[in-house]
Amino acid sequence: MKPVSSRGTRLPVGREHALHLLRTMLLIRRFEEKSAELYSAMKIRGFLHLYIGEEAVAVGVTEALEPQDAVVATYREHGHALARGIAAGPIMAEMYGKQEGCSRGRGGSMHIFDAKTRFYGGNAIVGGGLPLAVGLALAEKMRGTNAVACCFFGEGAVAEGEFHESMNLAQLWNLPVLFACENNLYAMGTALALSETVTDMTRKAAGYDVRAEAVDGMDVLAVEAAAKKAVAMVRAGNGPFLLELRTYRFRAHSMFDPELYRKKEEVEEWKKRDPIVTFAGRLEDEELLDDKGLQGIETSVGAEVTEAVAFAEAGTWEPSDQLERFVYSDRRE
Amino acid sequence: MEVTYREAMREAIREALQKDDRVFLMGEDVGRYGGCFAVSKGLLEEFGPERIRDTPLSEAAFVGAGIGAALGGMRPIVEIMTVNFSLLALDQIVNNAATYLHMSGGQFHVPLVIRMATGGGKQLAAQHSHSLEGWYAHIPGIKIVTPATIEDARGMLATALADPDPVLIFENSTLYNRKGQLAPEAGAVDIERARVHRAGRDVSLLTYGASLFKSLDAAAALAEEGIEAEVIDLRTLRPLDDETFIGSVTRTHRAVIVDEGWRSGSISAEISARLMEKAFYELDGPVERICSAEVPMPYASHLEQAALPNVERIVSTVRNVVRTHG
Repeated sequence: MKPVSSRGTRLPVGREHALHLLRTMLLIRRFEEKSAELYSAMKIRGFLHLYIGEEAVAVGVTEALEPQDAVVATYREHGHALARGIAAGPIMAEMYGKQEGCSRGRGGSMHIFDAKTRFYGGNAIVGGGLPLAVGLALAEKMRGTNAVACCFFGEGAVAEGEFHESMNLAQLWNLPVLFACENNLYAMGTALALSETVTDMTRKAAGYDVRAEAVDGMDVLAVEAAAKKAVAMVRAGNGPFLLELRTYRFRAHSMFDPELYRKKEEVEEWKKRDPIVTFAGRLEDEELLDDKGLQGIETSVGAEVTEAVAFAEAGTWEPSDQLERFVYSDRRE
Repeated sequence: MEVTYREAMREAIREALQKDDRVFLMGEDVGRYGGCFAVSKGLLEEFGPERIRDTPLSEAAFVGAGIGAALGGMRPIVEIMTVNFSLLALDQIVNNAATYLHMSGGQFHVPLVIRMATGGGKQLAAQHSHSLEGWYAHIPGIKIVTPATIEDARGMLATALADPDPVLIFENSTLYNRKGQLAPEAGAVDIERARVHRAGRDVSLLTYGASLFKSLDAAAALAEEGIEAEVIDLRTLRPLDDETFIGSVTRTHRAVIVDEGWRSGSISAEISARLMEKAFYELDGPVERICSAEVPMPYASHLEQAALPNVERIVSTVRNVVRTHG
């Protein structure tokens, strides 16, 4: 499959905004590189799914959202959480399993939650988050707000019934959902073409009369522009929209994956399109960024990651006698 | 006034819709068709299609949407036609509804009510007749209630809707036509305590759902033989009200559990274990269980009836327990 490209045009956004996009992507990258290191150091356990290579998707889409919007993400959601504005410290502390973590250590890497930013997880059942997003959108519609629900999911989820049921229900009820399909070509180790007869996500959406567009997921500006257009349509009451974001995962599926299912050359080929390297290069070409500027961003991002690790290290273990809390609510209406 | 279980449930839904704008009903055929058991008949005309929502045959999507809507500030009542169909939404119920409060460290609770029909006895065979409420009661994070009486059909929904966490209401389908008296002022009831339906000194019959009435009929028959059975309606299977049923067994020293679920790994097994753990020395003899036979429910009436708990089995089991361990 050929990625859609929008390179070669003049930068359609201002310098400050462009640097903000670059910085957020770089924060995700450095945060995750550190996470991988901490996994090897056994500070982080369980599953750790890295988003490295896909940063432009979370950053570009999230830029199109407003604070009142709801976000549902997958188990590969550190990037979305950071882009949404959840502080790096509580995310890192969550991966450590500390009670200062954003889910009090009950969720871990796969279950980042944050009420303040309306971040509804971190859903580790492939396809399981889609019906929730439909319901969140239904609530907004019934309450007469203009908020939308944005649901991130991988292309693997389109094999699940929940994808099809959700697409149909969202369109049938004209609900404000942005379906953000992150097509990184592999469902764990199974290539899309080996699991689906129709590999073009926009054609699947067409089956439900859902408007859709495919975008180069390695180009943050293309993602942002497409997402803004899609969100505007959704927010205006035109029903759901599916955005197919064609991207690639540079790292293994999880820390246990020897990557037997794809060729190194393929990974190297995609790495040439690294969303951070190419975007920084573009900014340099247009003289919006120089080496010193980039170094400054690196330094500031590095400090933020260091601070996050320090926050997690300083975190505390919830006493085991609190184990059975949060099974049922403490309060009643 | 005399009403049916169905009418009591409908009135409960009507009242909830009237009282709270956040409440809405959705499920398969709840609107134009009037509900597969006619519980929601007339509600579409009264409340309109925004609040009485017919859904596609997409259990996972509309149960999940119920969870999402609950997270988004609404108070959905989701109707699933039967417990067997609820298995198509098991991912949403077990992986999402039951876990969100915990996984989010207490940030997101799910104030959702799911209603569904359960139970056998109508010759609907092996994909429409099972009693899986005990199986659902295995799962932390959800509450399981089983209204048997008209009063509970009328009153449990309001309490379930006021609960901050997901509550599953299991309505035994053989009860919908059952008539009974309901006080005009009847309203919300607790969903925490089991209820002593009939007092008795000789044996405790612990039961729930449609088996309550079989147990009460058995107790009446046994009374003629001079055996006084105490009948406890458990009402809520999760969390179980240990205090009430253990209190009863502490008085009678004998326990017989009547459960329409299959025997292995059932709620009756759980109750039996708790009696062993907490009231062992109060027991004069082993706990007995009357459950459904361990077969997928057969169609033929005589076979189906043979599979379900019935009054004769309860009477003979109790008689045996009382005489053997007198």
